[in-house]
Amino acid sequence: MKLGILVNEGPYQHQASDSAYHYTKAALEQGHEIYRVFFYHDGVNNGTRLTIPPQDDRNVINRWSELAKQYKLDLVVCIAAAQRRGILDENEAKRQGKDAHNLAEGFRISGLGQLIEAGIQSDRLIVFGD
Amino acid sequence: MEESGTIKKFMYLNRKAPYGTVYALESLEVVLIGAAFDQEVSLAFVDDGVYQLKNNQNTTVNSGIGMKDFSKTYRALEDYDIDKLYVEKESMEARGLQEDDFIVPVQIINSAQLAELMTQQDVILSF
Repeated sequence: MKLGILVNEGPYQHQASDSAYHYTKAALEQGHEIYRVFFYHDGVNNGTRLTIPPQDDRNVINRWSELAKQYKLDLVVCIAAAQRRGILDENEAKRQGKDAHNLAEGFRISGLGQLIEAGIQSDRLIVFGD
Repeated sequence: MEESGTIKKFMYLNRKAPYGTVYALESLEVVLIGAAFDQEVSLAFVDDGVYQLKNNQNTTVNSGIGMKDFSKTYRALEDYDIDKLYVEKESMEARGLQEDDFIVPVQIINSAQLAELMTQQDVILSF
């Protein structure tokens, strides 16, 4: 089955991102296709490479990056939600005149149309949120 | 726009109050962007989400919260051919609201009817 995933909550504060990760990983291991993982609301914070979790805790962000690398996942962070919350890639930082960027490896920033498209193209769109 | 040919039923399920969190505002942003994709769209309002459509909202600095009142944007939805707005009766009544409290025309349906509508959807985006 072709699945779209929507993550609406940030890392560590809320379990939604953990649940989405475990679901996505399990689906891939069972041979399903993940069309796209879209990060919205505080979910965009899953895409910052500047988190420093304690060493004995899971690294939510790196985990997504590694899964993306292993399975060539499309991890998309919503640009409007990301701008509000200070998640920028290099191009966006330049364009907005900011002195830093923080998007983690394996993520890309794009528009909400990518979420709608995931809804259209996937057999199921699964929402993880509050 | 893209993906011509495929028309799916999209329901936006709005569950949260308009200003305590950003879910309502950002949900509306998805609705507006999504309108360009020519899908079959409906919006449902349940729980505190029914407050999103309350008329006469006052969100000025003087009122105490100092936020942008985005409730008028719901009036623009008909310009995007989005006219299926459902309010769950039980949520509305539990909050002392009635049909003429809303900023746009809505259909009041009970939770069983809403459940039936949900089973007919291809995509439900829950915010």
